[in-house]
Amino acid sequence: MTPAEYDYLRQFLKQRSGLVLSNEKQYLIESRLLPVARKSGLASITALVAKLRDPRESMLADAVVEAMTTNESFFFRDKVPFDHFTQVMMPAMLERRAMKRQIRIWCAAASTGQESYSLAMCLKEMGSKLAGWRIEIVGTDISNEVLDRAKAGVYSQFEVQRGLPIQMLLKYFVQNGDQWTISNELRSMVQWKKFNLLESFAGLGQFDIVFCRNVLIYFDQPTKADILSRVSKTMTPDGFLVLGAAETVVGLTDAFKPVQDRRGLYAPNVPGQTAAAPTPATRFAFGSGAA
Amino acid sequence: MKHCLVVDDSSVIRKVARRILEDLSFSITEAEDGQQALEQCQQHMPDAILLDWNMPVMDGLEFLGQLRKLDGGQGPKVVFCTTENDVGHIARAIRAGANEYIMKPFDREIVEAKFQEVGLI
Repeated sequence: MTPAEYDYLRQFLKQRSGLVLSNEKQYLIESRLLPVARKSGLASITALVAKLRDPRESMLADAVVEAMTTNESFFFRDKVPFDHFTQVMMPAMLERRAMKRQIRIWCAAASTGQESYSLAMCLKEMGSKLAGWRIEIVGTDISNEVLDRAKAGVYSQFEVQRGLPIQMLLKYFVQNGDQWTISNELRSMVQWKKFNLLESFAGLGQFDIVFCRNVLIYFDQPTKADILSRVSKTMTPDGFLVLGAAETVVGLTDAFKPVQDRRGLYAPNVPGQTAAAPTPATRFAFGSGAA
Repeated sequence: MKHCLVVDDSSVIRKVARRILEDLSFSITEAEDGQQALEQCQQHMPDAILLDWNMPVMDGLEFLGQLRKLDGGQGPKVVFCTTENDVGHIARAIRAGANEYIMKPFDREIVEAKFQEVGLI
């Protein structure tokens, strides 16, 4: 790949997906895009770039974006965010939405569905506490290919063994040889939607809880700040945002403030209001649970 | 250092499991079947047991039943590790007192994830 081709791909990906590649990611491009090239009958990255320059090749353009932005996902990845979900966010929301009895959750980089289905399992485990509640999970991703996998909900024996407790596997999956399919009940709890974080959030509606993990790392600082500020506008002022283990809002935006002692958990910064959000949530999490 | 007993009639599997678990800072002893494993547990109860199902002399499920009846036999976290990968087998193992279940083939990540799941790491 020539430096000019690399620059072209960098610019192309930045424009299409916001993905920012540093100077030395040639290996990543090659490992991800050579299979795409071969699938289209092209022998090299050079041939792929030549074809990408043709504006009629929109299918190829989509395939390139998908290949570069698709990432591995696990059930209950990092575990801690799911503890926050059941111990802090949901108890707080059950209290705060006691009248409305409705909660909306957004997985903003849903990938192959494991995060959304993990949340659905957490909700099922809460059992009768949620009787009469309407809880929506919306999973979005830029890639159609991963969303198709998420919708199908079929996982390999390897995928169901990383992070998923065996009891949950027995309870929420149906076996078919060495493939495991998420139960219809769980599948019906999640809606899937193709969505690019660079585009307008209008039409998504308002969310109480947003999981936006391990996706901001691919963007440059101004794009990160812009996405976070727009995410805050799609959220209820007393909602929660979850970022990835290596991500933070600090130095990027004033739209969110960290929730004390809860790594990776943030609350919208409502002007004129002091940090009231975390206290009742924490108290409630360990309290009697009376709403 | 936590002690893990690796029970499998295949020396290759025992070696692979030993390497992975030693990297995760466990001290390892090995047994070739359920009977040997039971004798070791009577001498010294381990913190964890990685347990195959199909073995000569005494299979994994019978071993587990006997173990849980021993004095202190409720202590060890038992992780099955077997080619038996159907729901029926998994459910039987859990009912018999297994804490987790690994379906072969396995890799380092799966062992680590499962040991984390039961609180051994």
